[in-house]
Amino acid sequence: MATRLKEVDAVMVGMGWTGSIMARELTKAGLNVVGLERGPDIKPAEDFAMPHIRDELRYVQRLEIIQDPAMETLSFRHRPSEQALPMRRMGSFLPGNGVGGAANHWGGQHWRYLPSDHQTRSNILNRYGAKALPEDMTVQDWAMTYDELEPYYDRFEKLCGVSGKAGNLRGQKVDGGNPFEGARQNDYPTPPVKMTESALMYAKACKELGYHPFPQPASTISQPYTNTEGLALGGCQYCGHCERAGCEANAKAGPHICVLPVLRADPKFELRVHSWVSRLTYDKAAKKVTGVVYTDTRTGEEYEQPAGMVVLSAYVFGNIGLLLHSGIGEPYDPATQKGAVGRNYCYQLSRIGLTMFFKDKNFNPFMGSPGSMMVIDDFDGDNFDHTGLGFFGGCRIQTGHGEGRPIAYRPTPPGTPRWGSAWKKAAVDNYQHALSIGMSGSNYANRNNYVDLDPTYKDQLGRPLLRLTYNFVENDYKLAEYCMSKVVEIAKVMNPTVMGSPRLRKGDYDIVPYQSTHNTGGTIMGTDPKTSVVNRYLQSWDASNLFIMGASTFPQQPAYNPTGPVGALAYWAADAIVSKYLKNPGPLVHA
Amino acid sequence: MADERILRREFLKGAAIAGTAAATAIAPATEAAAQSAPPKPQAPPAASADSDAMVTLSPAEQAFFTAAADTIIPADDLSPSGSDCGVVTFIDRQLASAWGGGAKMYRSGPFRKPPGEGFGYQLALTPREFFAAGITATNAWLKKTRGKEFDRLSLKERDEVLKVMDQGKAELQNFDGKQFMEALLDITMEGFFSDPIYGGNKNKVSWRMIGYPGLPATYANMMDLYRNKLYKPEPQSIADFS
Repeated sequence: MATRLKEVDAVMVGMGWTGSIMARELTKAGLNVVGLERGPDIKPAEDFAMPHIRDELRYVQRLEIIQDPAMETLSFRHRPSEQALPMRRMGSFLPGNGVGGAANHWGGQHWRYLPSDHQTRSNILNRYGAKALPEDMTVQDWAMTYDELEPYYDRFEKLCGVSGKAGNLRGQKVDGGNPFEGARQNDYPTPPVKMTESALMYAKACKELGYHPFPQPASTISQPYTNTEGLALGGCQYCGHCERAGCEANAKAGPHICVLPVLRADPKFELRVHSWVSRLTYDKAAKKVTGVVYTDTRTGEEYEQPAGMVVLSAYVFGNIGLLLHSGIGEPYDPATQKGAVGRNYCYQLSRIGLTMFFKDKNFNPFMGSPGSMMVIDDFDGDNFDHTGLGFFGGCRIQTGHGEGRPIAYRPTPPGTPRWGSAWKKAAVDNYQHALSIGMSGSNYANRNNYVDLDPTYKDQLGRPLLRLTYNFVENDYKLAEYCMSKVVEIAKVMNPTVMGSPRLRKGDYDIVPYQSTHNTGGTIMGTDPKTSVVNRYLQSWDASNLFIMGASTFPQQPAYNPTGPVGALAYWAADAIVSKYLKNPGPLVHA
Repeated sequence: MADERILRREFLKGAAIAGTAAATAIAPATEAAAQSAPPKPQAPPAASADSDAMVTLSPAEQAFFTAAADTIIPADDLSPSGSDCGVVTFIDRQLASAWGGGAKMYRSGPFRKPPGEGFGYQLALTPREFFAAGITATNAWLKKTRGKEFDRLSLKERDEVLKVMDQGKAELQNFDGKQFMEALLDITMEGFFSDPIYGGNKNKVSWRMIGYPGLPATYANMMDLYRNKLYKPEPQSIADFS
């Protein structure tokens, strides 16, 4: 029997970016907030310290700070007719573990989505006509426009100290920035990070072709910065250990350095770690949640925490799972296309690109950050005319260095054997000289890509695993092929000593090699409760005191990394709760 | 063979120094005792980080991994052989670690054969058990087809065998030879390229070889200073900062 605890004003389920931001905004408004975190507490000064944080085997290969699939994973199949099998090891994507969540090990690429990304469906219909949209492409509009969200994008950027260069300041195009971005009220809080030689070579070739290279906006920031919470961030050391590891220089924005020090000192906030929420308690008739039930993973004890308001701030899969485990909303069925929970699961088209070799260049591939890249957006989103192309969406295309860790990074030219003296010689001869053009493609919703509960496999709490049904579709393959033709064109201008072969998308989705931790959808936002789970304030249609954060609310995934809009939406929802909901609790939008 | 030994001595010159430092860190009390009096003959062997004693591998498994590591990373003018670089010690310790025992794996049944590609590892075996079964199956296959176990084959023959396995053409009984080859290649490369604290990459030999500087990796000033210029300092590992 669960021990019933004293009611609190609000509970956060998960203490990554969105739980931390929401807890901060709600405590500021006077609420008593409990933050429940399944994993351990993490303290950067101890856990991300030198020299151990530079351990590639521990962090990159053995996934030290990544979610443990033995606790919870998901099952996977490509299509509804297939038998789903559990993802027994983490691979394709890497959710975080512990306080800070995936923000502990992200690379810090910090974007705003394009204005047209916020209106994907109506944009396609308006520009290309109603017949242009494939029947199985279930893209939807966001429930707010770019312009409405702009002040919140701005606010999150100032929390992180994002480095970058504006390309569109209040409607004025600025040379050297991204000319395709939506109008910004303010430039980035800090100037762009240092670029690698490879990034500059790429930018030069792009310019020659008439494209518009600009520096990657980065939350691995270029110089010391004091953020909007009065907290100090350091400058990037270009160590090349960003992804899958924490930052020892306090230069990579994350809840630990950007929000939590203030929250931890606030008597209105209580952090409970090792607290795994198994379900929400739900009053279906009243359309309200009454709290959460969680297990202390150190003791196995179960607790019921009543709360006036619940915020789902877990990773995408955690949010979807808690709705399904708690019987909130109707699970999506691809056969009838009824039900909203689990629909429009999307991912990211990545692991595509082209590697080249330049005999006379020394790239020092171990120096840099995921921000040390130049990017073009000329073939991103709807920045180019899709008439007659047979697909929608696009790729951002970029080049840089900064991940030269030698277990994973050993580029060799095509035709090199995989072992032996010839391999070794090629690995030695090419380590300094390889350059890759990378692509990150949008992934638009399809009626057969969704998440529900698995009938066979269970997690450590005995709950059914989530079952992911997902595959790439024609749109994705065509998109990758088209954008690759542009990459080849740029590569030719760069004129390498040895040209590699394009890495393209072939065959079924493979859940093993790492692609990106940009899973989206499943609890999407919208204007119609039949096809969405939350309204424009990220408030559940089925429980007015339940708010759902994060990328699980995206109706589809543009070509960019999701953290920028994830943070912006948290501020947007917090603002609506504080300025509207708390004064008059109840549905903020009437369907 | 004689040439290999000379190579080994040259490459590992610095290793003895690093080894001493590591042993000191493990047992300061023992070290103090060792300084006051020579070790007594009946004292148990010191658990040195530099020791080649196996934690979990059987002699047959050790022989297999030695032969495999020396085929994947042969001794040549770029480095000593994989085993001389500590790769077998690395594999032994990894397989004895929590990872080798199946940590961070979802291990609930039922275990089913995947209906196609893209589902990842679906066996009930831990990495420790997987390698044990893979070695047994490989040796049984080779005994049948070549009359000898893997470690008895010449370097050239071992290289051919690995190629057959890599092409998915090895007919192992109840085991996927291609999957085994992938795992073998992965763990060997991990051993060769990881930080030396895990027992492989002795004396940072692979880092020096490709020009990876290791730690401390604070490059804020180097980014411009070494733009398109080779930055190749003497590499440093975690032990150098501990």
